[in-house]
Amino acid sequence: MVQSIFAWLDERLDLTGIYTTVLDRKVPKVNWWFTLGSASLFLGLLQGITGILLSVYYVPTPDHAYDSITYIMTGVQFGWLIRGLHHWGASLLILTAFIHMLRVFFYGAYKYPREFTWITGVVLLIGALGMGFTGYLLPWNQRSYWATTVGTEIAGTVPVVGNFILRVLRGGTDLSAVTLSRFYSLHIWFFPALIITAVLIHLYLIIRLGISHIPEKDS
Amino acid sequence: MSSRYRSPNLDRRSFVKVVTTVLGSIMAAIIGLPMIQFFISPALKKLTGDNWVSLGLLENYPLDVPTPFHFTQTRVNGWERSSQSYGAFILRRTGEEVIVFSDVCTHLSCRVSWDVEKEEFFCPCHAAFFDKFGEVVSGPPPRPLDRYEIKLEGDQLFIHLREG
Repeated sequence: MVQSIFAWLDERLDLTGIYTTVLDRKVPKVNWWFTLGSASLFLGLLQGITGILLSVYYVPTPDHAYDSITYIMTGVQFGWLIRGLHHWGASLLILTAFIHMLRVFFYGAYKYPREFTWITGVVLLIGALGMGFTGYLLPWNQRSYWATTVGTEIAGTVPVVGNFILRVLRGGTDLSAVTLSRFYSLHIWFFPALIITAVLIHLYLIIRLGISHIPEKDS
Repeated sequence: MSSRYRSPNLDRRSFVKVVTTVLGSIMAAIIGLPMIQFFISPALKKLTGDNWVSLGLLENYPLDVPTPFHFTQTRVNGWERSSQSYGAFILRRTGEEVIVFSDVCTHLSCRVSWDVEKEEFFCPCHAAFFDKFGEVVSGPPPRPLDRYEIKLEGDQLFIHLREG
C-alpha cells in the first residue's frame, strides 16, 4: 500500500530523482570542517521553528514585550526551552556560519566557479547579523534598549546620510514603540524572506557545482 | 505578414518587448515607490521640537564650576508620547559670559557627569574625560562636548533645543 502510494507519487514528482541529485551527490574526501554549512542550515531551521513558536506568545509593544517574555519563561510549559533554544541557537549560528566562512576562505573554496556561492554566503552572513541586531531589541529590557540605542547611533555616524539612516532604523529620532514594532517586522518578515531566498540559491549552487576538495600541498 | 508592414527600425517582437519593459517598469514604480516611502516615512517627517528652554536666573549658577541642570520635554514618536529627559551643564564665567554643554557624550551618546575632584567631565561607558571647557582629555570621543546655543533675556538664561 505504502509502496504503491510512493510509486504513484514518484512517477509524478520524480522523488527518487530529487533524492539522487540532492543526497547521492559525488563528494570528494573531506573532513569535519565541511559539516559546518549543514550545521548552520540546521540551526537556521531551528531558529525558524522556535521563532514561529515564540510569536505565539510574544507581543512587540513597550507595554507587553517584557511581560510577554516573562510569561513565556515562567508561565508557558517548556517556554524556557523554546526561548533558550532560540537565544543560544542565535549565537551558535553566528559561530558555525563564521567558522564555515573561514573554512571556505582558507581552503580557497570560493574560487572559480564558486564565486557566486560565496556572494550569496555573504548575503546570508549579513542576514544573520541583521537577525541578531533586530532580535536583540525584542526582549525590551535595559540591555536590549541601550544596545539598540548605541547600535543605531553607530549607524548614524555615516557621513551625510547618517542621520537619515538613524531615523529610518528608529522610525523617528528616538528609540520608541515605533522602533520595537519595525524591528519585530524586520526580524520575522524582511530578514527571513532575504535569508530563505539566499539559502535556496546557496544550496542550488552547491548541488549544481558540487563542493571543492581539500587543496593539495605544494610539492 | 507581408513585408510592406514591417518597420525597418523596429520589428513587432522588439516593439512588444520595449512596451512590456516600459509599462512593467512604470507599474513597478507606481507600486514600489510608495512601498519604500511607507517604510521610511518617519524619517521624512519635518522635525518640530525646536524651542527655547529656560534655565532660570543666571546669577543662581556658581562661577567657574560646571553645574548640572535637568529638564524633561514631551516627545512624540509615531503614536507614542513620551517624556524625554535632558541634561545640561552650565559653566558661568565672569559677568555674562556663559557656556552650556550638553551632557551627551560625543562618542556614543552616554551621559557624562562632572567629577568634582578631578575637575573633569567623565563618561562611564568607555572611560572618556573632557576638561572644564568640554575639550577631550582622553578616551574615544571624536569631538568636544556639544554646546547649546544660548540667549539671555534680562537675568533669565535660555538654551535652544533642537530635535534630532
